[in-house]
Amino acid sequence: MLENNAETLLEVKGLKVYFPTKLKINGEQVIVKAVDDISFSVKKGETFGLVGESGCGKTTAGKAILRVINPTEGNVVYEGHDIAKVPMREIKSIRRELQLIFQDPYSSLDPRQSVFSILKEAIVCDRKRHSSSEIKERADELLRLVGLDPFMSDRYPHEMSGGQRQRLGIARALACNPKLIVCDEPVSALDVSIQAQIINLFEELQKKLGLTYIFIAHDLAVVRHIADRIAVMYLGNIVELMDSCELFKNSQHPYTKALLSAVPTVDYYEEKNRKRILLEGEIPSPLRTPKGCPFHPRCPKATSVCKEQKPELRKTGENHFTACHNP
Amino acid sequence: MSETKKLLEVKNLRTSFFFGGKEVKAVNDVSYYINEQEIVAVVGESGCGKSVTQMSVMQLVQTPPGKILGGEVLFEGKNLLDYKPKSREMQAVRGAKIAMIFQEPMTSLNPVYTVGSQITEVIRRHKKCTKKEAWELGVKALSDVGIPDPEARMKNYPFEMSGGMRQRALIAIAVACNSKLIIADEPTTALDVTTQAQVMELLLKIVETMHTSLLIVTHNLGLVSRYAQRIYVMYAGRIVESGTTEDLLIHPAHPYTIGLLKSVPKLEERQGEQLIPIEGSPPNLAKLADYCAFCPRCPYATEECRTRPAPELRSVDGKLHFTACHLEAIPEEGK
Repeated sequence: MLENNAETLLEVKGLKVYFPTKLKINGEQVIVKAVDDISFSVKKGETFGLVGESGCGKTTAGKAILRVINPTEGNVVYEGHDIAKVPMREIKSIRRELQLIFQDPYSSLDPRQSVFSILKEAIVCDRKRHSSSEIKERADELLRLVGLDPFMSDRYPHEMSGGQRQRLGIARALACNPKLIVCDEPVSALDVSIQAQIINLFEELQKKLGLTYIFIAHDLAVVRHIADRIAVMYLGNIVELMDSCELFKNSQHPYTKALLSAVPTVDYYEEKNRKRILLEGEIPSPLRTPKGCPFHPRCPKATSVCKEQKPELRKTGENHFTACHNP
Repeated sequence: MSETKKLLEVKNLRTSFFFGGKEVKAVNDVSYYINEQEIVAVVGESGCGKSVTQMSVMQLVQTPPGKILGGEVLFEGKNLLDYKPKSREMQAVRGAKIAMIFQEPMTSLNPVYTVGSQITEVIRRHKKCTKKEAWELGVKALSDVGIPDPEARMKNYPFEMSGGMRQRALIAIAVACNSKLIIADEPTTALDVTTQAQVMELLLKIVETMHTSLLIVTHNLGLVSRYAQRIYVMYAGRIVESGTTEDLLIHPAHPYTIGLLKSVPKLEERQGEQLIPIEGSPPNLAKLADYCAFCPRCPYATEECRTRPAPELRSVDGKLHFTACHLEAIPEEGK
């Protein structure tokens, strides 16, 4: 579906993550299809945004890519290795190049470890010999890289502000020189004025270190700002995949359009002229995903085809793919 | 504007918290008002005192460590601060005439009682009616806020409802009691964007049809731009700028407001546009200096800002637009 050119760093093919439940409906075991057959590729040095509302499977997708959760089916090809298939004992050496940054800097840092000890743990995990002065030097370097003062290394997480903690989380992720970082809602717990600082830091680091990001967030404006390409997820499916500049001008899927119109913008005049599409109802429970197009019960454009047939992601423009029968 | 009636007027409100002999000035000389049928927003980052201000109005500040030190809260011609927090008069206002909606609806509903019993409890407290009448009022309120199958939903426990529906149930309580003012403290922060839009449209409809006033406390500038008529911006326990939504978003006068507007990503921005963050982090309220609290983070601060006492609100255009800044004009390129 996507062109497989030389720059591709990571390729996700037909990824499925199913969770079995104990629930039975009509004697049949109910399976939660958290991620249901998604495919995309991430190019080297780009930022790939995954957006969607809670429960759409964006975090599960991110975790399955790093194999924090075992995928049910599909391939995640990274530099010739299929992360989804390699034996567990080999995964550790690959995973060093793939890091994860979490939403809540409060709960992703051990409150009983000092900043230095948090960083040291990540620095020495490559199992090479490090002298203590080397470790100290590297820790200071990492702190400076994320805009923290090296004297902070004696502090504990509770002595830091939310923004500083998120910077520390980033420093820890950078410790083993990763190539790809999966950022799971890295700025949504931060205040507005701090959010911009962290977003700029992400962009700066990308330029400096040539990083590739998979940026998972629910805030369309943030993803729109940082990502080069965006995939919109709904109930475990990618419903639209496009260049981020297309999002505002030329989105085609009715869900993307509704999502966009639901986000209020700061621009006062723009806001006054905008048409609002109000979706009816709520996201259906993943236990009872509707037949056909997952969005059809809430879709203003749904026809009888939508109730029967699940639309495939197909090309609707340059680098633009939409999964809709009548876009 | 002058012919519209002020519903709530807060004058020089001061609330502090005392920890180990230290005073934390959470609300420092805050004045604001809200007219009948008006939608007003209080904007600020966490810890700026926006929630404590509302808690002080409702007299829900925990004492100790908190204490309302002074000021007036005029509601329907009476000063609410004259009443004791637990007095009959205050209880008649709280929850009935002024309803409050909090961020996380799960924590403001009791998990071990059905939604119906919690709604009827409030109705029976404020209205003389039988249990059956209260139940019917509750069902009507639930259907008014757009909950399908309200009869059955009355018998549900909070955990059986989704976040958006729980928030609607809380709004239903305000609707059932014919509240004059709804204070919504971060009403949609815990909700998804499409649900957020639904809840906000519902609140808007209630303001229009039931002639209520709405005070939104939020950090989301987009929300404010869409729904509010007037805005108060708070920073470190003070109001630093106030005015109509258009004034504030198009011609911001305070460096903090200008900074906030520049630091949020916009949906329709050009590719490669950079965000300009406000450097540093919000001040510690226990260690506030006498001068302007925003001064250490302000790109335009002059020596004067550090030597003169904290600035008072002054009018920018002779009308409703006020700012608390010493600087007469912010350099054009800054905007």
